[in-house]
Amino acid sequence: MKFPTSKRNADLERELRADLELEEEEQRENGLDAEAAKHAALRAFGNPLLIREQTRATWGWDWLDSLWRNIRYGMRTLLRTPGFALVAIAVMTLGISTNVAMFTVVRNVLLKPLPFHEPEQLIQLYEQLNNGKRPYSYVAGGMYATWKNNMPSVEQMGIYGTDSNNLADDGGQLPERIRYAEGSWDLFTTLGVTPELGRLFAKDEDKHGAPGTVMLTHSLWMRRYGGDRNIIGKTIQLNAQPYTVVGVLPAWFMYPDTETQLWAPIYHEQDPKLMQSPEVHNYFVIARLKQGATLSQALSEVDTVTKRVHQNSSSRFVSNNANARSMLEGVVHDARTQLYVLFGATGCVLLIACLNVANLLVARSAARRKEISIRASLGGSRWKLLAEQVTESVLLAMAAGALGIPLAWMEVRWLMVARPDMARIDSVQMDGTVIVFAVGIVILCAVLAGIIPSMTLLRGPLLENLQEASRGSSKGLSAARLRKALLVTEVAVTMVLLVSAGLLLKSYRQMRSTDIGCTTQNVLTMRLGLPDVKYKTEQQVTAFYSQLIERIRVLPGVTAAGLSTALPGQGYGGDSPFTIPENPSLGQMQHVAMVRGVDPGYFKSVQIPLRQGRFFEDRERLQNARSVIVSESFVHQYFPNGDALGKHIQATSFGSFPDGGFEIVGVVGNTLWHLDEQEGATMYFPLYYGGWNSVTIAVRADHNVESLALPVQKLIAQMDPGLPVANVLTMEQSLGKATMDANVTSMLVLAFAVISLILAAVGLYGVLSYLVTQRTGEIGIRMALGAQRQDVLRQMLLDGIRPALLGVIVGLGASAACVQWIRSMLYGTKPLDPAVFASVTGLLLAVAAFACFLPAWHAARLNPMEALRNE
Amino acid sequence: MVKETTQRSSLLQGTLDMLILRTLLYGAAHGHQIGKHIQATTNDFLQMQHGSLYPALHRMEKKGWITAKWETAPDRNREFKYYRLTPEGKKQLVVEESQWKQMAEAVARVMWPAAEEN
Repeated sequence: MKFPTSKRNADLERELRADLELEEEEQRENGLDAEAAKHAALRAFGNPLLIREQTRATWGWDWLDSLWRNIRYGMRTLLRTPGFALVAIAVMTLGISTNVAMFTVVRNVLLKPLPFHEPEQLIQLYEQLNNGKRPYSYVAGGMYATWKNNMPSVEQMGIYGTDSNNLADDGGQLPERIRYAEGSWDLFTTLGVTPELGRLFAKDEDKHGAPGTVMLTHSLWMRRYGGDRNIIGKTIQLNAQPYTVVGVLPAWFMYPDTETQLWAPIYHEQDPKLMQSPEVHNYFVIARLKQGATLSQALSEVDTVTKRVHQNSSSRFVSNNANARSMLEGVVHDARTQLYVLFGATGCVLLIACLNVANLLVARSAARRKEISIRASLGGSRWKLLAEQVTESVLLAMAAGALGIPLAWMEVRWLMVARPDMARIDSVQMDGTVIVFAVGIVILCAVLAGIIPSMTLLRGPLLENLQEASRGSSKGLSAARLRKALLVTEVAVTMVLLVSAGLLLKSYRQMRSTDIGCTTQNVLTMRLGLPDVKYKTEQQVTAFYSQLIERIRVLPGVTAAGLSTALPGQGYGGDSPFTIPENPSLGQMQHVAMVRGVDPGYFKSVQIPLRQGRFFEDRERLQNARSVIVSESFVHQYFPNGDALGKHIQATSFGSFPDGGFEIVGVVGNTLWHLDEQEGATMYFPLYYGGWNSVTIAVRADHNVESLALPVQKLIAQMDPGLPVANVLTMEQSLGKATMDANVTSMLVLAFAVISLILAAVGLYGVLSYLVTQRTGEIGIRMALGAQRQDVLRQMLLDGIRPALLGVIVGLGASAACVQWIRSMLYGTKPLDPAVFASVTGLLLAVAAFACFLPAWHAARLNPMEALRNE
Repeated sequence: MVKETTQRSSLLQGTLDMLILRTLLYGAAHGHQIGKHIQATTNDFLQMQHGSLYPALHRMEKKGWITAKWETAPDRNREFKYYRLTPEGKKQLVVEESQWKQMAEAVARVMWPAAEEN
C-alpha cells in the first residue's frame, strides 16, 4: 500500500544520503581513511534512524504510520494463529449478528413511530370491563358517539372493527373469503392517511343506506387486480352486493394487520341501531390529540364521559370506566416483553462472547509479558504498547462485524418468517440507525475484548512483571486472576440465560400438554361464511347448515362431524351479557359469558364430555330452540350448589327471546378458548336458532383426517359453488399456531443459552489448560517431592471449579432477580421454579467439571522429570 | 516528565529555527552547509549533530518559512537539496530576533543589574 509519505520518504532518504556522503568526503579530505571517515561522519551526523523518525514526525503522518504498522503487526499475529483468529471471529460474529438482528426488530417494532402523520399525537381509547379485569376492551358504538362529542382535548377520532367477508368472483377470479375492516370516514383523516390512488370515504358514504363503497389495500390491489389504475370507479361484489372502489391505500398502510385486505365505511356496513347502542362492545377507537393536549387529559375526559353515560343509563351493560394509551403502545404491547427478553438474551450472548475473546487474548498477552516488559523498560510508551494490543481486538471485531451484519439481515428475515404474527414485523428493515448501532456494537466488542487483557499493562510497575516473568513458579498469576474473574462473570450470565430458557421451555411444554377440554387428534377444521344477501332468512341459513353437516357425516371415513361458531383454542369467539331470572340477586353486576352456537352433534364430534343433562336435539330449531347448555365453570360461577339444570338464561344477544329465557338442559366440560388464557364460563346456544352466518366445521376421522379436506370442500362446492372455505387446518395445526410464538421465543432463548454454555465451557477449559501449562514446573516439583497424582488432579480440578461455583452462586442471585421480568410470559410455571433452578445448577456444574477435567487429568499425568526440565 | 521535555526542546527548537533562518539570509544552502556554518560561526560552541537540523528544516518547510529545491552544487557536481528563505521566513526571522533580544535583555537585567545603571 502506498501512503502519501512514500514519496517524501524517498526524498528524505536522498537528502540524508547526499549530506552524509558530503560529510564523509570532507572527512576523507581531512586525511582520514575510508573506514574512519565513515564512522566520523556518522558521529557528526547522529543516528540516521532517529533523524528519519523525528523528521517524519514533523510531517504529521506519524499516527497513520504507526496505525498501519499496528495493523500489519496485528494481522501477522492473527495469521500466525489462524485457529485462534477463526474461533474469536466466529464467537464475535455470533454475538454481533444476533444483537444487530434483535436491535433491528426491537427498533422497528417497538421504537419506531407508527407511519402515520404526527404519530405521537395518536391515542387509542378503550372501555374497561368487569371492573378493570379487562382494562383495554372493545368500545360500543354508542359510547364512541358520546366520546366524540365530549372530549375537548381530542382533535378528531375514528372507529373501526374487523370482520371476514366474501369477495365474489368477478372477471374469472375465484371467490375468496378475506379479512376486511370497517372504518368510519374520519378514521383515515385521524390517522392522516392519503390514498395512493383515488380518494378516501366521503362523509355521506359512511351511513346506512348509502351506496356501497370500498377502499382496497395496496396488496389486494396488486394481487387481485394487477395494480390496475382504472380500478377506481369500478364495482366489485362483496358478500354478493355491489361496492364501488373509491380508493387504494398506500403500500405502507398495513393497519391493523397485514391480513386486512379491504376497507368499507362502518356506518354503511352496520345496523344503525347497533352503532348507537352503548351495550354492544365491538370496536376500536383511535383519536388524535390536539396540539398541547396530553394523554392523561384525554384519559380523565374519556373516563368522566363514560361514567356519566353509565349513570344515565338503566342498562347494566354500559361500561363504567374507560381507558386510553398511546396508539403505539396499543399496537405493540404483546410483543414488548418477548422482544425485550430476546434482546436481553442476545446482549448476554454478546457479553459472553466478548469475555471469551478477552479471555483468549489475556492468555496471549500473558505469553508476551516478558517482551512487553522489556520494551516498556527500554522506554516504549505504554500507550503505544496498549494501542498495539487493542489493534488486534479491533481487527477481530471488524472482521466479525463485516460477517455479522449480513448474517444479522438473514436472521431478521428468518424471524419475519417464523413470527409473522408479531405486530409490525412486516415493516422491519435495516436503516441508518441500525448500522450506527452495529458499528457501536463492533466498537464495544473491540474495546471490551481489547482493554480487559491490556489492563495489566496499564497497572502497576512493569519491572515487577519482568521479575515475575523471569522465574517460573508464579508466572503470570495476575493474568490468571483476571481470567478467573472473567469466568465468574461468564458462568453467572450463562446461568441467567439457562434459567430463563428453562422456565420458558417448561411453560411451553406445560402449554402444549394442556388439556383444552376436547380431543385434538384427527380433527379437521375449516371455516365458512354465508353471505346474507343470498341466505336472507334464518330458515335458509339453518337449512344449509343441517344439510351440509348431514352430508359430511355420511362421507366415507368420517367418524363424526359438528358445527360451532368457534372451536376450543381458536379464539375468544364472542360473548354476551346475560341474566338469570331465577337468581335476581346476581343482578346489579355486569355478567358476561362467552357465547357459542353449536349444532346437536358438535359435542360428540370433538368429544366434549357431557356432565349433566342432555345435548341439543334436532327438533330444536328456530323458534323451537329454547334450551341452552353451559360449561362446568359457568355452573361453578353462577350455581355454586350445582343446581343449574332447569334454570334459565336471558342473554342480551337474543333480545327478549324466548319468554323467561333459555332453559339450561345440559352441562358440559370446560374448554379453553386460548391455550394461554383461563377458561371462561361458556353458554352454548343451538346453532339452528339462527343468527350465525359463519361457522367452523369440525370433522373427526379414525385416521388420516387430512385426506378428508378435499371431499368436504367438494361437497361444499356442490351445494354452493360461490362459497369459499377458509382456514382448512387440523385441530393440532390450529393449536400449533397459537403455541408457535411461545415456541419460537423459548427456542431462541434456549439457543442463546446453549451458545453461552458452550462458550463458558470453552472459557473454563482454556483458563485451566493455561494454568496447567503455567504451573507445569510447580507441579513437577510437587510430584518430585511425593505428591500423589490424585492430589494433583483434585487440586487442579478445584482450581477450575472454584470460579465456576462462584459464578453459579452469583448467577443464582441474578437469575432470581431477572426472571421477574419474564413472569408475564410464563404459563403454569412459577418464576422461581425449583426444578428448573436445580437442574440448571446441576447442568452448569457438570459442564464445568467436564471442561476442567481434561486439563486437570493432563496435569496429573505429567512426568515430573519432564516437567522440571521444562523450566 | 513529558512536559519538561517539550519545554526544553521547544526552547532549543526556537533557537535553532532562528539560527537556520539567519544562516539562510546569506542565500540558498543545503543541510550540510547550514550545519557546518552554525558550528563554525559559534566556534564549535554549539556542538550539535547535523542530523538534528533535518526535523527542523522539514518543519519550517511545512510552515512555509523556507522552500526546498534539488540543485547541483557548483563544487561537487551532484545534486543537493537547497533551502531558501521565503518572504514569510524573513518576517519570522525578524520576529524571532526581536523576541530573542528582549529575552536576552531581560535575562541580562536580572543577572547584571549594575551594568544596566551605567
